[in-house]
Amino acid sequence: MSSAKPTPTPRRRASPALIAAKTLVHLLALTPAAILAWQIRAEYLTGSGGLGADPVAEIEHRLGLWALRLLLLTLAITPLRQLSGQPVLLRFRRMLGLYAFAYASLHLAAYLVLDLRGYWTQIFEEIAKRPYITVGFAAWLLLVPLALTSTQGMMRRLGRLWGRLHRLIYAIAVLAVLHFWWLVKSDVREPALYAAILAALLGWRLWKRLRALSARRTAAAG
Amino acid sequence: MSLRDALAVPAREITDEAVYRERRRLLAAFAALPALGLAGCADADPPPAPKTAITPAQAASGFRTSETLTRYEDVTSYNNYYEYGTGKADPGRAPKLLRVKPWTVAVGGACAKPGKLALEDLIKGLTPQERIYRLRCVEGWSMVIPWLGVPLGDVLKRFEPTSKAKYVAFTTLSDPKQMPGLAYPALDWPYREGLRIDEAMNPLTLLATGLYGKPLPQQNGAPLRLVVPWKYGFKSIKSIVAITFVERMPFTSWNDAQASEYGFFSNVNPNVDHPRWTQKTERRIAGTASKLFAERIPTRLYNGYADQVASMYAGMDLKRWF
Repeated sequence: MSSAKPTPTPRRRASPALIAAKTLVHLLALTPAAILAWQIRAEYLTGSGGLGADPVAEIEHRLGLWALRLLLLTLAITPLRQLSGQPVLLRFRRMLGLYAFAYASLHLAAYLVLDLRGYWTQIFEEIAKRPYITVGFAAWLLLVPLALTSTQGMMRRLGRLWGRLHRLIYAIAVLAVLHFWWLVKSDVREPALYAAILAALLGWRLWKRLRALSARRTAAAG
Repeated sequence: MSLRDALAVPAREITDEAVYRERRRLLAAFAALPALGLAGCADADPPPAPKTAITPAQAASGFRTSETLTRYEDVTSYNNYYEYGTGKADPGRAPKLLRVKPWTVAVGGACAKPGKLALEDLIKGLTPQERIYRLRCVEGWSMVIPWLGVPLGDVLKRFEPTSKAKYVAFTTLSDPKQMPGLAYPALDWPYREGLRIDEAMNPLTLLATGLYGKPLPQQNGAPLRLVVPWKYGFKSIKSIVAITFVERMPFTSWNDAQASEYGFFSNVNPNVDHPRWTQKTERRIAGTASKLFAERIPTRLYNGYADQVASMYAGMDLKRWF
């Protein structure tokens, strides 16, 4: 902590408004976990915590859903910044991504510890046999290097490679939506909603890129 | 046990453990009996838990099990009934929407005495019996439910099915006014299910009209539903309005929706995988304790009713006829 550091980047001088905004985002991101923790406590103490007849399934589902929502929110930052012209939005991207990873990890932990329980070694069979678990686990696995390289130090050290590595988020989001889609029995309306949001977020990027490409071509031709 | 040890366990030891767990679970169920009685006294509104002490004859028939019962509020709040929506809590809207009186059932097809009967006439003279059955959902959870009903076979015989009656087809009510879920084609409505005639006549197959000693709640398929305890839950069709004797294997809604996942027979079978959910084990929703750390239990062939039903499938390839 006390080791000599290079001159602080401008990023460190956060305005009170930004600190307040960040605190608010932290609180909002923690709210679903806090509500769930409260319900789990009630379930543990009295056997009825508002989690329904099958609390294990409800816990898994809710954690997974919030992981997906935060992932999509992370992906929404760039388009929102471009549309609004507010570069300050970028300051929230990393924390949202890390919260997505945290919820995804809790989701996986709930599956292993609460759902599979003593049969946790069954996980290998499940990953191999069930496509929806295969893609879900792959999504979580791909999130790990992104979370590990989310520090300023790693960012600096990896340089251009960092950006390329973090483009994995697109694949992760696709896998996460697929994971949801495949576990639904017949009513795909809910996963379809998330798929549509993801398509819009990725479509925006593709459109921007194509436009930039044609602009460059026009410039080169001119 | 280390991971390597866990993977190297010989098959016979796995079976041993299953037997061990089973025994432990039974002991736990017996130990919980006095507690269940107490819970029944303390709570006046939810009906008291029926006595789960059973005679050896009842156990042999499969009609009753001494396993810990699922709570009434769990049986009635966690339902798959897509006519009211695909969420487990959606069928909670059913009590407000589904009119169960008057109710008529049309019985027809290959039988000598077809007819359209009021529910009361359909089961007239048959004394409702209490059956405590395990219910295993294809999604990997299970319950233990005290049903009230009459054996389906006793009802069917009154219509004098002919030799052409090889199967029995069932249809659920489909009235958009009473069932908002019908607006979305989650399944090919009306919901239809079917049994082979010998399955329908099996003494275990129940036409349920109640549970926990009370009339059947709407979300559980009031006023009349099937209970086929050795098959996955979706075979136990709810709110029946038509029963038809047919010669060929009838259309069934889940088989139509995804034939690779839901076969006509859909017998509970830990050895036949479902692409989405493991069928080797299940999460038992039962008892009054917190279900957060409920033990996963091994799923048994035919949901533990092999002694009563296995002979019907002798010689059949259960992997093909899943």
